[in-house]
Amino acid sequence: MTPRTVDSIPTTGLSPVDADGSVPADGERRHRRAVLPGRFTRTHVVGDDGLIETPGGPDVPRTVSRLHREDVLRLVGAMVAAVATTAVLFTQVLPLNGALAFALVAYVLFLGFYTVLISFDADRVTIMDRTAGVVIHSAAGVLLAALIVVIVFTVARGAVAFRHSNFWVEDLSFAGPLDPLTMGGMAHAALGTLIMIAFALAISIPLGVLCAVFLAEFPSPFARIVRTVVEAMTALPSIVCGLFIYATYVLIFGFDKSAFAASLAITIMILPIIVRSADVVLRLVPATLKEAALATGASHWRTVWHVVLPTARSGLMTAVILGTARGIGETSPVLLTAGYTTFVNLNPFSGPMVSLPFATFTLVKSPEPTQIARGFGAAAVLMVLVFVLFALARLLGGTGGGVLSSGAWARAKAASARDAARFRRKRRLARAAALNRGAQVSRREQRP
Amino acid sequence: MTESHGLASVASADTPRPVSPGRSRGDQAFRIGAHGGGVTVLAIMTLVGLFLAIRGAEAIDTAGGSFLTTQDWEPNSGRFGIAAVLFGTLAIAAIAICVALPLALGTATYISEYAPEAIRRALIGIVDLMAAIPSVVYGLWGMFWLEGSILPVAQWISTYFGWIPIFAVPDFDPTDPLATPTVFTASAFLAGLVVAMMVAPIAASIMREVFAQAPEGEREGALALGASRWGMIRSVVYPFGVGGIVGGTMLGLGRALGETIAVYLVISPVFVIQPHILHSGTNSISSLIALKYGEASAFELSALMAAGLVLFAITMLVNFGAGIIIQRSRSGSAS
Repeated sequence: MTPRTVDSIPTTGLSPVDADGSVPADGERRHRRAVLPGRFTRTHVVGDDGLIETPGGPDVPRTVSRLHREDVLRLVGAMVAAVATTAVLFTQVLPLNGALAFALVAYVLFLGFYTVLISFDADRVTIMDRTAGVVIHSAAGVLLAALIVVIVFTVARGAVAFRHSNFWVEDLSFAGPLDPLTMGGMAHAALGTLIMIAFALAISIPLGVLCAVFLAEFPSPFARIVRTVVEAMTALPSIVCGLFIYATYVLIFGFDKSAFAASLAITIMILPIIVRSADVVLRLVPATLKEAALATGASHWRTVWHVVLPTARSGLMTAVILGTARGIGETSPVLLTAGYTTFVNLNPFSGPMVSLPFATFTLVKSPEPTQIARGFGAAAVLMVLVFVLFALARLLGGTGGGVLSSGAWARAKAASARDAARFRRKRRLARAAALNRGAQVSRREQRP
Repeated sequence: MTESHGLASVASADTPRPVSPGRSRGDQAFRIGAHGGGVTVLAIMTLVGLFLAIRGAEAIDTAGGSFLTTQDWEPNSGRFGIAAVLFGTLAIAAIAICVALPLALGTATYISEYAPEAIRRALIGIVDLMAAIPSVVYGLWGMFWLEGSILPVAQWISTYFGWIPIFAVPDFDPTDPLATPTVFTASAFLAGLVVAMMVAPIAASIMREVFAQAPEGEREGALALGASRWGMIRSVVYPFGVGGIVGGTMLGLGRALGETIAVYLVISPVFVIQPHILHSGTNSISSLIALKYGEASAFELSALMAAGLVLFAITMLVNFGAGIIIQRSRSGSAS
C-alpha cells in the first residue's frame, strides 16, 4: 500500500529515437510514447491527493502449525494401540470380518486412545484442539483415499482390456461376450462420444456465449427473467433431459434414435451450465475496461468483441470445458436417446450410436467377465478423457481477467508494434503526399 | 433594444442541441443478435419445462391425489404413484448428505486451515477433479468394490444397532449361522454411500472457497486472544462460512437427488417403501425413468414425466434455496 508520487512513474522507454532507429528530423512532440510497445498497459489513475495508489497484495495467512516430538509420539502410540486392540477384538471377541470394518473400529479406538493420551498432560482446550485436528485430517484423508481407490480400481480393472492394442482400433461387431479380450474393442464408443459431444458443443457454445453476452451486456427485467429460468434449468435432472428428447424427437416427430438426438439431450443439459458460468465470468470483466473502450469511440459491438470477450477468454474456455466434461461423462441422456450398438456408425442422423459411458453401463451389466473387463476399459478411457479436459480447463483458467500469460503478452506487444508501424507508415505517406502536392503546386505555378 | 437582442441571442445559443447518438448499424445488429440469443435460450428452456409440465399434468390429473400416496407403478391399470420412489430418492439423498457433510466439511477445513502451503494448490485441484469424475465410474466402484467391502459393516450395524428402527433388517437373524448376508446387498445405504462420494467433492469445493475468504484480521484477533487453532476455526471461520456450508451442502443435495446411473447400477429396484435402509432393494425417481422408459406407452411416458417433474421441482427448490442462502450470508455478499 505504498503511495507513489506522480514523478516516480517509470520514464524508461521514453526516447526521442523512433523504434526503427531513425532520429526524426522535425521537432515533433515525442513525450510519453513508449518505444517498447505494450509497456504501459495498465493505467494508474491519480487520486485527489495527487498520489498514485499501487495496490498491495491481499492479506496472507501465516502458518500457525508447529509439530512437537510429543505430538508425533502420541499419534504413533495411539495408532499402534488401536491396531493392536482391534486385532485382538477381531480375532478373539467380535464376530466381525472385512478390511473396511477393521479400519472403522480401529479408527474409533484410535480417537479414544489419542484423547486419553493428550488428557494426561493438557487441559480441555488443548484436547479439543488436537482431537479436532485429527478428525479433520482424517476426513480429508478418507476423501482422498476414496478418490485414489476409485481411480486405481477402475484403471486396474480396465487395464486388462485396454492393454491390448485391438481395444483402441476395433469395434465389438465380431466380438461376442465369450470371445477373448484380444478380439474387439471400443473404437465405436469413442467415436460416438466424440461425434455426440461435437454436435452438442456446436449448438451450445455459440448459443450459450451469445446468451451470456446478452445477460451481461443488456441488463433489463427481461434479462433477469432469462437468468432466473436458466438457473432453474441447471437443476433439471439429466435423465429428464433424455426423457424430453425421447418423447419429442423420437416419439412425436418419429425420427430414429440417433447420435443427433443424444446431442440434443446433452445440449439441453449443458446449455444452462455454460450460460450460467459464462455469465458469471463476463460480469467479472472490469467496468473500467469497457468504459475506456467506449470512451475511445468504439461502438458497443466492437467493445464486446475486442475488449469484453478477449478479457474473459480464459474464463469462457473454462466454462465451456467444464460443460464438456459434464456432457461427456453423463450417461442418462444418451441412454434414452442414442440406442445401443456394437459397430461403428459414423452417420449421426440415423442408426444407433453408442458413447463411452453408455457402453460401460451396458457392458458391466453382462454376466460375462470379458464384457465387464471391456466396460471397465471404456470407463478408464472416459476418465482419462475427462482428466485431460479438466487439466486443460485449469491451465486456461489459471490466469484471471487482465492477467496475461507470456504468450498473450508477446502477442499483445506484437499487435501494438504493428499498430505503431501502421501509424508511422500512414504519417510518412501523408507527408509524402503533402510534399507531392506542394511540388505539383509549384510546378503548376511554374508552367504558365 | 440592443441589450434585449443580445439576451435573446444568448438564450438561443444556449439551447441544448440534441446529442442522442443513435446506434450504428453494427450495434443495432449486435443488439438484435444478442437479444435473439437470450430469447432462443429462454424459449428452449421454457419449452422443455412446459412440455414436461403439460404431459406430466395429464398423468397427475388421472391419478389425482393418489399420485403421491400409491407405491405401485402400473400406469396402464391406473394404479401408479411415486410414494415408493420418492421415499427411496429422499432416503438415498439423506444418507448421502449425512455421510458427505462431515467428509466435505473436514476436507474443506483441512485444505483451507491445515494443509501445508506446498500441497494446497494440488489438493484444491484434486478435489475439483473428483467433482468431475463421471458418475458411471462411481457406479462401477460401488457395484464391484464397495458392495463387497460394505457387507460386513452393514451386517454388524444391523446386528448391534437393529433396535434403532431404520437399521433393523427383519429378514436377517444374526443368531442363525446359516442366515445369508445377501439381504444387505443393493440397499439404500450402499447407494447413499456411492452418491456421497460423488457429492462430497462438490460441497467441499464450495466450502473451501468460502473458508479461504474468512478475514485474516479476525483470525489473527482470535489467535491473539489465546484461541487454539480449533478455537479460531470454530469461532471465526465457521461462523463466517456458514452460508457456504449450508449452500454447498444443498447444492450437493440437489446433485444427489437427480443422480441416475450410479444409483441405477447399485440398487435392485422395488416398488414398496423400504424403511429399513440396510435391507436390499430401494428405488429412486431417476432410476425409475431409466428402468421404465423403454417399453412405456404414451400414457406411461406421461406418468414418468410427472415423476420427473416432481424430481425437477424438488431439485429446483433445493438449488434456489442454496443460491439464496449463499447470497444472503456474509461471505456470499463479499464475493
